Amino acid sequence: MLPMLVIARLTVQESSRRRLLLALLILTLIVVGVSAWGFNKITTVTRSDGTPLPPEQVSLITSQLLIVVTFMFSGVLALSAAVVAGPLISGEVESGLLLSMLARPLRRSEVVIGKWLGLAALVAVYAAGAGGLELAAVDWATGYLPPHPVELLLFVAAEGLVLLSLGMLLSTRLSGITAGVIALVAWLMAWIAGVVGDIGTGLQNQALQNVGVVSHLLLPSDGLWRGAIYAMEPDTLIAAMRALGTAGRANPFAAVDPPPIEFLAWVALWFAIVLGASIASFRTREI
Amino acid sequence: MAELAEKTEAASPRGEAAGTPAVKTVELTKRFGHTVALAGLSMTVPRGEVFGFLGPNGAGKTTAVKLLLGLLKPSSGEGWLLGRPVGDLRTRSRIGYLPELFRYQGWLSAAEVLALHCELAPLPRSSWKDEINATLETVGLSDRANDRVGTFSKGMQQRLGLGAALLGEPELVFLDEPTSALDPVGRHDVREIIRGLASRGTAVFLNSHLLSEVEQVCDRVAVVDHGRVIASGTMDELLGGTAVRVRATGLTQADKNRLSGYGRIDDEGEQMTFANLDPDRVPELVASIVSMGGRVYEVAPRHQTLEDRFLQLLEDEERS
Repeated sequence: MLPMLVIARLTVQESSRRRLLLALLILTLIVVGVSAWGFNKITTVTRSDGTPLPPEQVSLITSQLLIVVTFMFSGVLALSAAVVAGPLISGEVESGLLLSMLARPLRRSEVVIGKWLGLAALVAVYAAGAGGLELAAVDWATGYLPPHPVELLLFVAAEGLVLLSLGMLLSTRLSGITAGVIALVAWLMAWIAGVVGDIGTGLQNQALQNVGVVSHLLLPSDGLWRGAIYAMEPDTLIAAMRALGTAGRANPFAAVDPPPIEFLAWVALWFAIVLGASIASFRTREI
Repeated sequence: MAELAEKTEAASPRGEAAGTPAVKTVELTKRFGHTVALAGLSMTVPRGEVFGFLGPNGAGKTTAVKLLLGLLKPSSGEGWLLGRPVGDLRTRSRIGYLPELFRYQGWLSAAEVLALHCELAPLPRSSWKDEINATLETVGLSDRANDRVGTFSKGMQQRLGLGAALLGEPELVFLDEPTSALDPVGRHDVREIIRGLASRGTAVFLNSHLLSEVEQVCDRVAVVDHGRVIASGTMDELLGGTAVRVRATGLTQADKNRLSGYGRIDDEGEQMTFANLDPDRVPELVASIVSMGGRVYEVAPRHQTLEDRFLQLLEDEERS
């Protein structure tokens, strides 16, 4: 097996043996079960005359609640990725774990890419598995399925990968706790900057709008989150928001347009730049 | 900063460069800011030799090993392992390394850690089972093969690290303080393992400050202090002189200072050891002590130990 894949396998194996996967599985089942119960309650809500809500209204409420639930899910995924990635390299440098391994015919780039691949696989599988389970539970509870479920899961997974990549880059130089905290704060700031950009759109203030654009370029987590929102919104809602003009675009929990293709291309390039920088940083680190 | 050594030029196949030394350095220097960790290390370790690299804590021993393994980048100077420049990727498959800071995956079993190193070495998969079993036997961990490393004591983890360094019959093994966590039985076992490596022609670079350990297994030693080699040679060359241990009472500190004309004194109260003293001068020494009012109970000339020589070298270095 290629050394890079050996490191990737080792990373997955560590998560499994340390019971991280088991903990995530149990927590996910609890959250999905409780949220399915909650979503099911929407269908039992009645109007003042005692009649049940029409299916269109159930779908609208469900879609909005699903956006809130997904925001929390993607947040937990991104934060978990940052916390796990923070000590990914530095933890093993500080403990001495890497000393005997790097004395083998193992390139540092193989360590970096292998660890990224291992954690990226976990993030992607978890996002797909847990997200898919949640969507299936909501569908069972309310009969509502977002219009673009696959795109939704892809955007959520990509947001997790952004935080994973940032945490790992920082981990090549900083201690685990510092790298993790910086990644967490950066994620939060990027989200806030995205909200500022929304406010700028609502107020038609170019400077505020630029804050959102720049933050999406520096850390594309919020831009990807907007893609996830767009994938969850029913067409009728999008049409209604478009009709509102700029005011309809000034909502941090709404997206009127899908992420532009240029942004998605930038995200691909962003991953390449951050991974390249991680390799360059670790190569020159003295151990 | 330039990329740390990770060269991929085609390495010589095993044995092709047998005439080249196991380790060679020329003016290898490492500075951390204003601190000089290693100052112009130039040395050669022939193939098949057990080489002791001695020095007090912080002398630069571990820095030297890390430079040779490409874990640190030299500030200046050059080094070669097995005839190839330091950092050559494929040469590393012929090298074993037990770090001073030894740590292995606590969530793996001992056998799995060794399998991981077999895979990274890389050794042919068909040989792994025999290689792992033999190594576990050598380091005395056969009965713990399937236990998680996280449950091991420090000493057992160091044994495991030693085992990882021995996998695949390397041509050169770096052992950095290999007995720091071991009990006397473990230390004896390590000495036997080093002798076994020497008997099959493996060069061993032994970093240690345990002088008795080095004295018992090394063919040659270099003594390093403050990043510089202050003495090197075979054990015979370094330990040529005689030391004389004297047990006497009734001597003041001033008396002892006057006796230092007979050579460096390792003063332990009533017991004094005169390093590198010509045996013909022993009667004269005893007469001097008696003339100062001292009472002599024991005079024991013996060969100089590495500890005597080591302390003398460090003291000379301090004076200069």
